[in-house]
Amino acid sequence: MSLFFLKIFDRITLLGNLWLVVRIMRRTTRTLGDKKASPTTSLGKLKPGITLQDRYLVLGILGSGGMSSVYKGRDLHFPNVTKLVAIKEMVNLAADPTMYEMIIRNFEREADLLATLSHPAIPRIYDYFTHDASSYLVMEFIEGKDLEATLREQDDYLPEEEVIKWAIELCDVLAYLHKHEPQPVIFRDMKPSNVMVDQHGHIRLIDFGIARVFQPGQKGTMIGTEGYSPPEQYRGEASPQGDLFALGATLHHLLTRRDPRAEPPFSFSERPIREINSAISAELESVVNGSLAYEPKDRFPTADAMKQALLSAAKKTGVLSSGATAAILQPSNEVEEIWSFECEDEIRGTPLVHNGSVYIGCYDNNLYALDAKTGEFQWKYATEGGIPTRPTAEEEMIFVGSEDSRLYAVTASKGELIWTYYTEGPIRSSPVISEGHLFFGSDDSHLHVVNMLSGNRAWRTEANGPIRCMPLVANERVYFGCEMGDFYSVDFRGELKWRFKAKRALTSSPILVEGLIYLGSMDWTLYALEAEVGWEVWRFRLGRPTISTPAHAEGRIFTGCADGNIYAIDARSSREIWRFTTEHQVTASPIIHEDSLYCGSVDGSMYCLDMRSGRLRWRFRTGAAITGTSAIDDNILYFGSMDKRIYALVT
Amino acid sequence: MDFLDRLLGKRKHLAPDIIDTAPLDPAMVEQVEKVALEKGRILVGTAQSTGLERSHNEDTLFVMQGNSEGEGSLPNFGLFIVADGMGGHRAGEVASAISVRKVAHRITQDTILHLFDEQNSDEIPPIQDMVRQALEVANDAVVERVPGGGTTLTVALLLGNYLTIGHVGDSRASIISDNGSKAITRDHSLVERLRELGQLSEEEAASHPQRNVLYRAIGQGTNLEVDVVSHPVPSNGYILICSDGLWGVVEEDDIQNIVLNSSHPQIACEQLIQAANAAGGPDNITAVLVQFPSE
Repeated sequence: MSLFFLKIFDRITLLGNLWLVVRIMRRTTRTLGDKKASPTTSLGKLKPGITLQDRYLVLGILGSGGMSSVYKGRDLHFPNVTKLVAIKEMVNLAADPTMYEMIIRNFEREADLLATLSHPAIPRIYDYFTHDASSYLVMEFIEGKDLEATLREQDDYLPEEEVIKWAIELCDVLAYLHKHEPQPVIFRDMKPSNVMVDQHGHIRLIDFGIARVFQPGQKGTMIGTEGYSPPEQYRGEASPQGDLFALGATLHHLLTRRDPRAEPPFSFSERPIREINSAISAELESVVNGSLAYEPKDRFPTADAMKQALLSAAKKTGVLSSGATAAILQPSNEVEEIWSFECEDEIRGTPLVHNGSVYIGCYDNNLYALDAKTGEFQWKYATEGGIPTRPTAEEEMIFVGSEDSRLYAVTASKGELIWTYYTEGPIRSSPVISEGHLFFGSDDSHLHVVNMLSGNRAWRTEANGPIRCMPLVANERVYFGCEMGDFYSVDFRGELKWRFKAKRALTSSPILVEGLIYLGSMDWTLYALEAEVGWEVWRFRLGRPTISTPAHAEGRIFTGCADGNIYAIDARSSREIWRFTTEHQVTASPIIHEDSLYCGSVDGSMYCLDMRSGRLRWRFRTGAAITGTSAIDDNILYFGSMDKRIYALVT
Repeated sequence: MDFLDRLLGKRKHLAPDIIDTAPLDPAMVEQVEKVALEKGRILVGTAQSTGLERSHNEDTLFVMQGNSEGEGSLPNFGLFIVADGMGGHRAGEVASAISVRKVAHRITQDTILHLFDEQNSDEIPPIQDMVRQALEVANDAVVERVPGGGTTLTVALLLGNYLTIGHVGDSRASIISDNGSKAITRDHSLVERLRELGQLSEEEAASHPQRNVLYRAIGQGTNLEVDVVSHPVPSNGYILICSDGLWGVVEEDDIQNIVLNSSHPQIACEQLIQAANAAGGPDNITAVLVQFPSE
């Protein structure tokens, strides 16, 4: 399948106008405003089966946009074989005769220019002609896919090896164009949609609509594609260094998957490649940065120089020879362990630090109390089921839910039972205290509200499925989700205020920040809901399901996901700020302390990241998956691992 | 949507700045405002002027606001739009008028009408997506129907305690309160970008010959990137949406002083227009000001 991406700027190019909106000119008459003809009259009018010039049989349309269309055709001068061609059609809508002539001249110039070029990465031109009000260019038909489609069709990052290979080929063809005699040719519109990868895996530059014979020192028209264009192009200057900038912008897009058209111009330095895609080598990043310098003189002097830099980056990292980058393994932990304590089974719960002790539940059915400073054992209380939740405390009372369906209240100092409350299903929801009551869910599909002192039920309300998240109590409302994907807002009498439905389970606990509720779902989505009436304000699509509870700091929402990433998302605009990739699912919830983010992964490591950039500060390896959330108290980080240990680390 | 078309259609033929407005009795205004704000109501003001140098007005504004009281009442809602058109041969005002209609129509249909549903529908897309789509629809309409025309557009959709702002171009939405004034939109102008990059100083930017060059606007191609942000309603504060005929001419501090010291948003808007015209009125001026009660 061949895709010719048609530039929306074609019409503007052909009319020699500015694509930028120059508002200072708005009192002057603009050529475009004079046209009476509708631009939609005859575009894409060629139906399959029509033959042009008694030679080119139209087989179908490949693409259409602006003032031109591209068709797939067959050359009938080769009756015995199927020789495919691409036919670019441009409709001349100018009413003014001078303008009409100029359009034809520009078209023929493109054709003549293409005809003089001979390079394996540049499509050959076979023919051109004008018929009625349309001009046609007959070109080599390229079997393949453009890089924009390649990016779109793939969910993952493109491998460095592949991108570097394309980059070297692109430098080759730019060097050829820039050395063209008698005058250099500036491509001026390098971007993913203008680069095809053919069926042999080689790149081909398409659409020379705006490439023009460069006359040194002469200011050209401001044309090009927003997002990829160099700063000087806005001033109307075109130079070989401008093509290198656009190539750098294209590579940046390929490596980070961040479309520069969606970002302010020249903001690449705000999105460092390796902060977004840590798999990329520092060497390649520095070549791309070198081509994206604001001043043309600070970029590579020639395409050949950039190619050399790419080759040496490839050599250093070995991407072109080995075909794979080996992760640099750091055998030892880079952070100091203060103590660790071994239980008898896996720990999936979250610790609570209260009055100098750490309380944590374990799958050996016990609730443990340890000295927070030394890790010394204080007491344990045996329930009859695993404890996947976080305990909560109020002065001398500790509360914890167990898979044995009960919620326990025990004394903080000795672990002696005060009362027990029974539900009709395992408790996997952590209790939260508000107004002297405990709010928690159960697999019996009820939200339970229990008097903290007596252990008696105040009320309960039924949900559509098991409740495993920690309820959120705020503004005299209780917010909670269930395993059927329903999310509820009820008042303190249990009366429903509003309901929201996700497509899958809501195991992630909701958080409330500035009137918005954030929570993740097994339907691969992070939601932001208005707390008062329950409108969905935005949603962010994740790579996999999530059960991680979001964290908030400095206007950003952080969450883990089963796709292995920890995400930072702008709370106001829902745009991704960074993501950090671990080696396995992230089911734990991130927490923020000062300017660091701490989160465990199923890969067995606890990660400490720079909250603002997502850069790794340190990594601590345990013997098995970390699925619970951590707690920080007095600059000590506490968490449990499925290797049965509780760890205390220096933050 | 007839009523919307009527509203907007009518507006197109008005030249608001030449209508004689009888001055309101300030004492009465103050009293009315006090009562309204005490009741937790939202107050709105709008004003527009062609300015002193332009022959015609290419700006368009639109305001719609709803209050409801009683048990099980609707939450507050509102829609506030400013668009600043550009392009010769009246393409500018057509582009801004069409865009405002399209955006108002789409957002009313997709969000506001759902307020009247008796039951919550599960299939309503996120508000930010709907706002983004509304501007995309406007863009498609302008690309198709107004060749050579373009427009900025800034829309604030109020639903309950949240504002969702859709924005393209260099009109501005700002939150103003006793704590100061903060723009919540980012100008899509080349000069602003160069200033952000440290290539231009504040002063150079203010007088740069290319300060009117936008890198993003409605009607400039089929792929439009829309900025969408959500913001909690400023308790006891304001949101001001205005065209560059106001913010490019009147100092930020002066705007803030006028807003905070006037007795009603309508009076503030008229004073803002006067201030812009007093400073030369080089461009069309449009201001929409919404005052929120304290929580």
